[in-house]
Amino acid sequence: MLSLATADFQQADVDYGAILPMLIVFGGALIGVLVEGFAPRRARHSIQTAVSVLALAAAFFALAVVAQGHQGKTLAGSVVLDGPALFLQGALLLMALLSVLMMAEKFGGETPDAFTPMGATAPGSPQEAAATRLGLVTSEVLPLTLFSVGGMMLFTAAGDLLTMFVALEVLSLPLYILSGLARRRRLLSQEASLKYFLLGSFSSAFFLFGAALLYGYAGSVGFAEINKAITTATPQLENLLLPGILFVLVGVLFKVGAVPFHSWTPDVYQGAPSPVTGFMAACTKLAAFGALLRLAYVAFDADRWSWRPALIAVAALTMVLGAILTVTQTDVKRLLAYSAISHAGFILVGVLSFDRMGVAGVMFYLVAYGFSTIAAFAIISMVRAGGSEATQLSQWAGLGKREPFVAVLFAFLMMSMAGIPLTAGFTAKFAAFAPAVAHGDRAGAALVIIGVLASAVTAFVYFRVIVLMFFNDTDGDVSVLSPSIGMWTAIILATVVTIVLGVYPGPALDAADQLSQFLR
Amino acid sequence: MLNNPYVPILFMLALGFAFAAGSVGASVLIGPKRYNKAKMLPYECGIQPTPRPEGGGRVPIKYYLTAMLFIIFDVESIFLFPFAVAFNKLGLFALVEMILFVATVFIAYAYVWRRGGLDWV
Amino acid sequence: MTSLVFPAAEQAAAAAATGPAAYAWLLIAFPLLGAAILLLAGRRSDSWGPALATGLSWASFGLGVAILVQMLGLGAEERGMRSRLFELINTGSLKLDAGLLVDQLSISFVMLVTFVGSLIHVYSLGYMEHDVDKRRFFAYLNLFVAAMLTLVLADSYLVLFFGWEGVGLASYLLIGFWNHNPAYATAANKAFIVNRVGDIGMILALGMMFKTFGAVDFASVNERVGGASQTALTLIGLFLLLAACGKSAQFPLQSWLGDAMAGPTPVSALIHAATMVTAGVYLIVRSHAIFDAAPDARLAVTIVGAITLLFGAVVGMAKDDIKKALAASTMSQIGYMMLAAGLGPVGYVFAIFHLITHGFFKAGMFLGAGSVMHGMDNQVDMRRFGNLSGAMKLTWATFGLGWLAIIGFPGLSGWWSKDKIIEAAFVGEGWRPWVFGLVTLFGAGLTAFYMSRLFFMTFQGKKRWTDEVHPHESPATMTVPMIILSLGSLALGAILAMVKFPEWLAPVTNGGHLEHREPVLSIPAIQIATFVLMALGIAVAWMKYWRDDVPVVAPEGNVLTKAARADLFQDDVNETVFRAPGAGLVEVLDDLDRGGVDKVAVGGLGGTTALLSSKLRRLQNGFARSYALTMLAGVVALLGAVWVIQ
Repeated sequence: MLSLATADFQQADVDYGAILPMLIVFGGALIGVLVEGFAPRRARHSIQTAVSVLALAAAFFALAVVAQGHQGKTLAGSVVLDGPALFLQGALLLMALLSVLMMAEKFGGETPDAFTPMGATAPGSPQEAAATRLGLVTSEVLPLTLFSVGGMMLFTAAGDLLTMFVALEVLSLPLYILSGLARRRRLLSQEASLKYFLLGSFSSAFFLFGAALLYGYAGSVGFAEINKAITTATPQLENLLLPGILFVLVGVLFKVGAVPFHSWTPDVYQGAPSPVTGFMAACTKLAAFGALLRLAYVAFDADRWSWRPALIAVAALTMVLGAILTVTQTDVKRLLAYSAISHAGFILVGVLSFDRMGVAGVMFYLVAYGFSTIAAFAIISMVRAGGSEATQLSQWAGLGKREPFVAVLFAFLMMSMAGIPLTAGFTAKFAAFAPAVAHGDRAGAALVIIGVLASAVTAFVYFRVIVLMFFNDTDGDVSVLSPSIGMWTAIILATVVTIVLGVYPGPALDAADQLSQFLR
Repeated sequence: MLNNPYVPILFMLALGFAFAAGSVGASVLIGPKRYNKAKMLPYECGIQPTPRPEGGGRVPIKYYLTAMLFIIFDVESIFLFPFAVAFNKLGLFALVEMILFVATVFIAYAYVWRRGGLDWV
Repeated sequence: MTSLVFPAAEQAAAAAATGPAAYAWLLIAFPLLGAAILLLAGRRSDSWGPALATGLSWASFGLGVAILVQMLGLGAEERGMRSRLFELINTGSLKLDAGLLVDQLSISFVMLVTFVGSLIHVYSLGYMEHDVDKRRFFAYLNLFVAAMLTLVLADSYLVLFFGWEGVGLASYLLIGFWNHNPAYATAANKAFIVNRVGDIGMILALGMMFKTFGAVDFASVNERVGGASQTALTLIGLFLLLAACGKSAQFPLQSWLGDAMAGPTPVSALIHAATMVTAGVYLIVRSHAIFDAAPDARLAVTIVGAITLLFGAVVGMAKDDIKKALAASTMSQIGYMMLAAGLGPVGYVFAIFHLITHGFFKAGMFLGAGSVMHGMDNQVDMRRFGNLSGAMKLTWATFGLGWLAIIGFPGLSGWWSKDKIIEAAFVGEGWRPWVFGLVTLFGAGLTAFYMSRLFFMTFQGKKRWTDEVHPHESPATMTVPMIILSLGSLALGAILAMVKFPEWLAPVTNGGHLEHREPVLSIPAIQIATFVLMALGIAVAWMKYWRDDVPVVAPEGNVLTKAARADLFQDDVNETVFRAPGAGLVEVLDDLDRGGVDKVAVGGLGGTTALLSSKLRRLQNGFARSYALTMLAGVVALLGAVWVIQ
């Protein structure tokens, strides 16, 4: 008898409480798609805003109330909801909420919102002009963002390589589209989108290749199984292990923006609409580091000593190159892109401490950096010259004299990124560096020294921006748009978080510390 | 020898080839043969292939849309097939999951439909 | 003479505040709210702001009275009441609550500050009536009252420091209130900068306390004094003295007070006569536990007080500017208080006693001076006054009472408090009672002389003002506060002595543990000597400044007069000893920084970094293919490196 060999089917256990936040986010995104299809055009934008905000808020609520009590492995081990996953998902939802408020900003209904009226029209074509005249709005950005957020949440909680890969794609694909939707300088935006897509696919290929090698090595894609396989290794397959680990790490390091997988960052950060850049810089980085932590601390932990040198080299390169390259930037968004690269290096130092404190420090850093970045890009999206964003640094000269409040906010965020004491940035650097010194042996200490030197270089750049804003003469035609309540709330909230995490970091550090134990 | 599980696949392959070759051969053998100019033109779906503009020209994006929709349903059928095969063992849970899955795919389909992705203008 | 022994009372450990005292924070909140409203509401509050500020100041006074009444109903040990406000700092080893301490000492200050302060608010309603920035002035006054109350109500040195800095700020703002005049703005800067020198002492004291005691609240510090080393205590004491010198214009940080008279006269009355300048005395008395355990530091306090006492008196004898002469007198009187505080348990209560009475009569005289200026078109040169007694009867009478009080005329306020200080100065062994006693005694004579000179030159003798000036009495908003304060000059000393104020105060100044000490001279002898010297001072002044004609232009005078007129060269000393070398050092460092550090280190490093950056930048060429190549190269390199390492 010919038999189609089906193994005995075992139904996976599903802990709906644990995946409820993700279900809510994805559900919100699906509702958003339906709204796009069926709601009248005029009402779409407001409905979308409401749906996204509600979905994110409800997801956060679900996370705090329900999911917290459902920690553990579920879905046959492909989703692991443990402390770090909880913390990062919570932070992710809050930051996504602020990002959504910024993306939804229409600056009083006039045209200068961040997104093109119709992504399918060719730049400069009559169709584009017609769409602008009709006042079309690409409200799809909000469901797309929700899909991406859902992917990111899964990315931080994935329990095996395959789930992690699916999450990687779910979070990436919407981002590729979002990057190409800028209203102004559309060609730049579309170029960014395409580059991001091509290079992203390239890195995904690495990830997948690595996953295949590891499956060949361990006979499973589960993290726990891989780690177990490393300890009980079969010598003849040994050669699959290290390339597999490195390839998988490359896929994640690409998302993090670590050197030498960083090349996309400046181009994409510059080309993408500013609210999307803020979202990408804050949330993608957070999710990717969440995944990296899980890979490094759970999946590949047993083989740490063989791949650690590679990561050390990447961290050092990232900090040095990121810091040095910020110096000659003349565009605010590119400047922040390179700063994002150097920050990725600083966070990697924390990752390399291989200690619970390091996990807590990294998570705190991600939150502190995320909030200030979101606010910074929001402010960038408000500073305009002749309708489009004034991203040239020279255009920011003298901003402090004309728009003191906005300039002071931005200056404060710059100081936080520079890591000046009493700002979140300082506490974060301390939290990430201290465990590296304490537990990272000589390499950790060396990395911290490099990190401090690199910080000094970047601090110089941030202070140049501040000096430019407050001590140089004004450039005529730059103005600052006044956003709606929603966006103000988001900016102020993000700034307040940056202040609070700097002045009174105790509770946040405690939370990060309590939630820093991975479930293996 | 026939117990080898790959034998059915071989049979499928052979059948496929036979069907394709048979169809083409049959039309050559039994079809009417009255040619005119239009019938001699190279066939390409929906667009005028000649004269082509310099540098290849632009291809309407609608083709890609259709292609993508096709792929989506293609992927859907990949999931549907094993489900159908193992339906008896999977039980009600899998049925519900599958319905949800199909519904989700149809949400995207509804979006494309409502926003004019299926209109060939 | 009453004996110098006080009823034994334990230093009461402060209990939690109940009743009105639990609302002590409102004392500060009222004026602070006023300042906030007036400053935030801006011009909109021009019409009602000043009245609101005055009302809130009185509200604080009212609450102060309620707390005082509550306190009088309690036993001596229960009068210290602490209320915790909120957690100020919590960093592992250092934990500090912001809290308020209401006890006999702080409530005395509360009464002084709110009562005199409120009167001066009322006075300012008239005095500042035509000033366009009246509202801002009242906002600053309220801010000052709030800060001063924070200073005296604090239950720890750190909270005290907040108030300390707050009064410094308010004083700066008020001295420079007419900052369109560069000289006034400079005076404000001078006051602020000299005060900063004192603040360094305060900060050092705080740091030293934290190191020595591990705490900075009064209760813990007092408790742990016993376990601290003598050196540490002396250092803390000296740092506190430096702080006190800055705030109270004591030698060698006295130079700012004369210039501070640039502010509107009510400011001089409130801040630079009655309240803020006494903060140093308060600080010393509040820190009595430290000073009692560090006799060397205490001796330094006495010496500083003695020097300032004579310094102020000498300067006061030569000044022709009525406000500057009063300022010099303030300096001298605070010298008395410092000296008394330095005497230790025998002197603390009298320092505070004199501080309170002085607050009244000096404020009254400043308001009188303001009234004179008001009537004389803002002239301040006493050589242009004379015989104003007829034109301004009320001002003359109230000022006269203040004058009699300050020179220690028997029965008036000053006599009750200052003579006690003189008597206390004669207590002790060895050379000290003789030196300090004689200094205070001699100072009393000088005081009588220069105050009589001031009074006679202004109100008596022949009229020396020009014809375009028409002296007239001030409006009621100004005269009523003067009258009230003059009643204080007249009777406050007697009243306080009658209600046994010193005994009441004693429990918080450690007076309870004191054995009976007799002065080295008999008390009647001291009293007679004081009186004789005072009479002598008045007589000399009478001869020179009432009977004889006072020249309109100051005569050249001898070396001492010239020196006194130039404030004994205090500014020149500061200039040559501190500012000039400081400026030189800054110049050298600046050259080093620009030529050395900037050019070589910063410029060189920065240049290299920038060069490297522009070179590396070329890697970012914008082509996706080369980016992909970078990634691939990176992967290959990493893989290769890891394999090599293995």
